[in-house]
Amino acid sequence: MHDKTLTELAASLAAGEFSSRELTEAQLARIERLDGDLNSFISVTPEQALDAADQADAARAAGNAGALTGVPLALKDIFCTEGVKTSAGSRMLDSFVAPYDATVVEKLKAAGIVSLGKTNMDEFAMGSSNENSFFGPVRNPWDADAVPGGSSGGSAAAVAAGLVPAAMGTDTGGSIRQPAAFCGITGLKPTYGRVSRYGIIAYASSLDQAGPMARTAEDCAKLLGAIAGHDLRDSTSVARGVPDYTEELDAPLAGLKIGLPREYFGDGLDPAVESAVREAIGVYESLGATVREVSLPHTPYAIPAYYVIAPAEASSNLARYDGVRFGHRCEAPRDLTDLYKRSRAEGFGEEVKRRILMGTHTLSEGFFDAYYKKAQQVRRLIRQDFLDAFDEVDVLMGPASPTPAFDLGAKKDPVSMYLQDIYTIAINLAGIPGISVPAGFSRGRPVGLQILGTHFAEARLLNVAHQFQQATDWHLRRPALAEETL
Amino acid sequence: MQWETVIGLEVHVQLATRSKIFSGASTAFGADPNSQACAVDLGLPGVLPVLNEAAVAMAVQFGLGIHAEIPEVSVFDRKNYFYPDLPKGYQTSQMYHPIVGPGEVEISLEDGETKRIRVHHAHLEEDAGKSLHETFSDGMGQGMTGIDLNRAGTPLLEIVSEPDMRSAKEAAAYLKAIHSIVTYLGISDGNMAEGSMRCDVNVSVRPRGQASFGTRAEIKNVNSFRFVERAIAFEIERQIELLEDGGDVIQETRLFDPERDETRSMRTKEQANDYRYFPCPDLLPVVLDRAYVDHLRDTLPELPDEKRARFQKALGLSAYDASVLSASREMAEYFEAVEAVCDDAKLAANWVQGELSGALNRENLGIQNSPISAIQLGELVTRVKDGTINGKAAKQVFQALWHGEGMRADEVIEAKGLKQVTDTGAIEAMIDQVIADSPAQVAQYRDAEPDKRGKMIGYFVGQVMKASRGTANPQQVNALLKEKLDALC
Repeated sequence: MHDKTLTELAASLAAGEFSSRELTEAQLARIERLDGDLNSFISVTPEQALDAADQADAARAAGNAGALTGVPLALKDIFCTEGVKTSAGSRMLDSFVAPYDATVVEKLKAAGIVSLGKTNMDEFAMGSSNENSFFGPVRNPWDADAVPGGSSGGSAAAVAAGLVPAAMGTDTGGSIRQPAAFCGITGLKPTYGRVSRYGIIAYASSLDQAGPMARTAEDCAKLLGAIAGHDLRDSTSVARGVPDYTEELDAPLAGLKIGLPREYFGDGLDPAVESAVREAIGVYESLGATVREVSLPHTPYAIPAYYVIAPAEASSNLARYDGVRFGHRCEAPRDLTDLYKRSRAEGFGEEVKRRILMGTHTLSEGFFDAYYKKAQQVRRLIRQDFLDAFDEVDVLMGPASPTPAFDLGAKKDPVSMYLQDIYTIAINLAGIPGISVPAGFSRGRPVGLQILGTHFAEARLLNVAHQFQQATDWHLRRPALAEETL
Repeated sequence: MQWETVIGLEVHVQLATRSKIFSGASTAFGADPNSQACAVDLGLPGVLPVLNEAAVAMAVQFGLGIHAEIPEVSVFDRKNYFYPDLPKGYQTSQMYHPIVGPGEVEISLEDGETKRIRVHHAHLEEDAGKSLHETFSDGMGQGMTGIDLNRAGTPLLEIVSEPDMRSAKEAAAYLKAIHSIVTYLGISDGNMAEGSMRCDVNVSVRPRGQASFGTRAEIKNVNSFRFVERAIAFEIERQIELLEDGGDVIQETRLFDPERDETRSMRTKEQANDYRYFPCPDLLPVVLDRAYVDHLRDTLPELPDEKRARFQKALGLSAYDASVLSASREMAEYFEAVEAVCDDAKLAANWVQGELSGALNRENLGIQNSPISAIQLGELVTRVKDGTINGKAAKQVFQALWHGEGMRADEVIEAKGLKQVTDTGAIEAMIDQVIADSPAQVAQYRDAEPDKRGKMIGYFVGQVMKASRGTANPQQVNALLKEKLDALC
């Protein structure tokens, strides 16, 4: 069962080939057997999963099954899940059991989907390698020496290893697309506002967005349909109808206008990554698409702008972790200041502290205009770059990451880590959707092709990605680990 | 040296919404600690704020009530600081683009003059929770602090004045004017004892004639009209003394201690927080379309100024009466109801301000808790107006109604036989009886100088009124008595 896509599993469940309980038990057994080394889960929740599976089977027996009833998946440990530890990869929330469900979780449950547990991640979604987790690094299923990417590294690894057919991630600067690329799976970051952020532990509120990670674009289309939509509890979610994202998957690509941003093929791009991406673009040409070069002139400013805005918001979002009401509290505080200082010093990891410091600094009196205001101006220019490009072309394509997955421990310097996100970060600043699809390998490690569209063009992106997956089989390649049967 | 005081007020008004400004939790006062704080109020991981439309409407109504500009767009910002009763580590407020722009409030001064106080702006924000420092009732928790987050997220409108006030009295008058506007609009219960209105006072002094302001001190959380006057009075004296001794006022935040009647330093400017304001990314800018604002303007109730003017102009009340009767919405509504029943504004005004206010004050009751309803009083005044009862009997009826001896004035008049006697024959009979029963007093009257007799007639009037159990028409009694006594001289 573990080698099937979400779509195939849904079909098998509908056909009665096996029950949701059987499927859930089989996947839980795989997690039990394989995740010890992989470390892709922070919490596995067999009890709740089997309950949910039984309910799904009962619903099916009663004739109330939906398209996704009974299929299993995993949730990044950033989605609040009622009665389940929700840690955000942090010691700070190691003891935090969420008293409510995030909207995404609520919607998945309503669709009859079975969560097997909570996946590992960089602490508070800050990182590009999953090495910033209090619960230890995740290994890349393709190569145990390599990182899975981050911050949704656990979700990507779990899908790639066949522990779950799909997982939910969040993407603030590339945290769905880059690990999807590193682990050879498909990951979609929707338009900002498409999916409710309610119940997702905030990193940078104006950039965070949840999305599906799965084997195929078709799977992502089905999952996006389940989680997208306006939510009265999230003022930044957009009141706009949710289309059937599977409807246009098969639309032919003849006449599709593809733009290649000049800035996404520059210095620092791994040659094998570049050739894989160019080959993929060749596939599109063979499908009738036309290709032209475009420019996103403000690209060089994306990383600096991001590292002003995201830490600024984070410094404020993370102020609630003060040891007073929930989360980590230091032993025997002497007074209030001691309580704050030690609870936060002990509860947060190094990268989180670095970003809180950066954000606190840039918002400070005397620096606000030079940093935060300027970064917001840059953000508008970056957004305009994309809008201008989409006047000319339907989609943009390029690599999801300049390199394939790097080795664990290879990037000691935070700035070199930040530069990893050079092709993904601007997309969050602009609020547009992006998808990463498997497009080959570099030295045995997967390469991701990133496809970008204008705001709310998810259906188009999924169509473009799906057509590529009809013409190629990169997305069907599995690491040895995933081939392992019990 | 002659000193001039400069005062500006920041008034925090708790808006009377049913639920909080960013969550669905109730805002009711006095519930068990933390029983009215939901996930959003607690600042749990992952929660998001959703703006309460009712709070926006109330803020706009206030803006319209002070003739302020209402900007099309306002923006919520985060004010970042750590405090145990601030669950998120920031307060959501409006720093750069407030919902209400510049406006003005008219205050009445003691000499009958009015003065305009400019309002710089008013902005929406959420309240924090409460820290409870007293030892918990179970005897545990010695040296511990309790946090009650029921108040966290309660909507506040912070109204920031220009430094236009020049005395403690003006400041108190301004505060009363704000109180009256918000209660007229029904956007706050204005209950200062429960903290529905609190105020920070900025005070400085400068030599009279100097254009630039002196260094100011901010007095935090003054929560009654009386305390505002006292805190300012103390602060003015402190600053003048300091300056006259050759010292400097330092910019600082001070706390008023009503027990000792003094202000004390809380923190100086150097210790002040850097709040690191930035736009709240969880909330969209508030965009008010014109039709919405126009609708609120069209449905605005009559405000104190308008009411005062109408009382003077249309009802012919004196400036003083009009101002007293329009001071609070409850008072005005009561008076208007009395007037509607008796159709005599002057009489209604006298009764509301005289007998009723006196009785209410004696029993420390607000007019909204009056044992006599406006309709009851209106009916009573009607009977005074049409001469059914005289003033003295009316007071008896009032007392009877006050103590619940009967529901309606007519019923009491009937039961107690207080109907005024205007029958000359009946009055004459009583007078004759009184004169017959008082030979000594009649003799004194006869022997007195004619110009002293006027005073002496009082005795006879009293006796006749007594004989009539207060029902005789006093004017008639007076005239007839004089006639009969003089005939005896």
